[in-house]
Amino acid sequence: MADNRADTRVSMRTPLARVKGLGASGHGVEHWWIHRVTAVSNIPLIVSFVIIVAALAGSDYAQAINIISHPFVAIILILAVISVTNHMRLGMQIVIEDYVHDKGYKIAAVIANNFYAVIIAVACLYAILKVSLGRILV
Amino acid sequence: MAQFTLPKNSKYTEGKAWPKPSGASNVKEFRIYRWNPDDGANPRIDTYYVDRDDCGPMVLDALIWIKNNVDSTLTFRRSCREGICGSCAMNIMGQNTLACTLGMDDCDGDTIKIYPLPHMPVLKDLVPDLTSFFAQHASIEPWLQTQTAEPETEWRQTPEERSKLDGLYECILCACCTTSCPSYWWNGDRFLGPAALLQAYRWLIDSRDESTGERLDNLHDPFRLYRCHTIMNCANTCPKGLNPAKAIAEIKKMMIARVV
Repeated sequence: MADNRADTRVSMRTPLARVKGLGASGHGVEHWWIHRVTAVSNIPLIVSFVIIVAALAGSDYAQAINIISHPFVAIILILAVISVTNHMRLGMQIVIEDYVHDKGYKIAAVIANNFYAVIIAVACLYAILKVSLGRILV
Repeated sequence: MAQFTLPKNSKYTEGKAWPKPSGASNVKEFRIYRWNPDDGANPRIDTYYVDRDDCGPMVLDALIWIKNNVDSTLTFRRSCREGICGSCAMNIMGQNTLACTLGMDDCDGDTIKIYPLPHMPVLKDLVPDLTSFFAQHASIEPWLQTQTAEPETEWRQTPEERSKLDGLYECILCACCTTSCPSYWWNGDRFLGPAALLQAYRWLIDSRDESTGERLDNLHDPFRLYRCHTIMNCANTCPKGLNPAKAIAEIKKMMIARVV
């Protein structure tokens, strides 16, 4: 059903009925809170990520695998991917909600945003696990 | 998508240049937005010249002078002319403010440009349609709500509890903040806007009110409350020097306080 309650050309609802709309959804605090928490966790994780990438620079294949195979390094990288992709997904959803007003486009954009974040996260995690566990599993 | 350009029928054209007052030496130029709902034409920008030696010091004085002496069709809201009724809120020199408390000398440049409050439907000239704005204020139920039997005398609160209403109760609902907020421009149908949220916080923080939880329930929504991204236009533009952004941040802290 098209929600036309705000359209004064087709609806004679009162201004208060239009403003109240479908009511408060009871959502939002978790989105807001996790966005802040991941913003905080991003700080140490991205600093560590940059240090790890700097350490990889110039090393050959065997050395690179050696560094990423270290459990501490692999865990930092995994945490960084989880934190960053979650933060990215939450932030992008806010941008979509702000600027995309067409109902169909909005739902499509929110779904695409979720898929994109999950695909990026899983691809990164798979790569990290493959490199760091490769020698054990083979 | 959000609307980044004016709709076709809102694009304004060059309007009429009204004659300068004869024999005046101290003249100020005004460029004022005009729109008449009855003539079917696009808005236009008219040019007026005000004799400052014959006129009070405030921008509202100049508007009244124009209406009295030059063009009686110029339409705007005004009442108290001392910054307490909130009627004469408009966009002057690119900033939402009250015409009655802004001095002409405080406007930079040779020309004072006046538009209605941004991104609201215009009824005529400088008069915006604030129906939705006031409905949003009504939706936060801006009155004391209690279940406890009413006391013989007044509901009591300590001076400290009373002081928490300072910086909130002064809001005059002029709509300067709400109409300066980009989040409100893009989602004004669902986001309550800084003025209504500041008023909501005024009742949330009132120690005498017994509906705090229900009030928070009523705001717990990605659009009603969380469209605020602390852009801070509201605090910059408030002609009463209030800080709606801080009030909204306090509401978000209350939301967290009942979860974490």
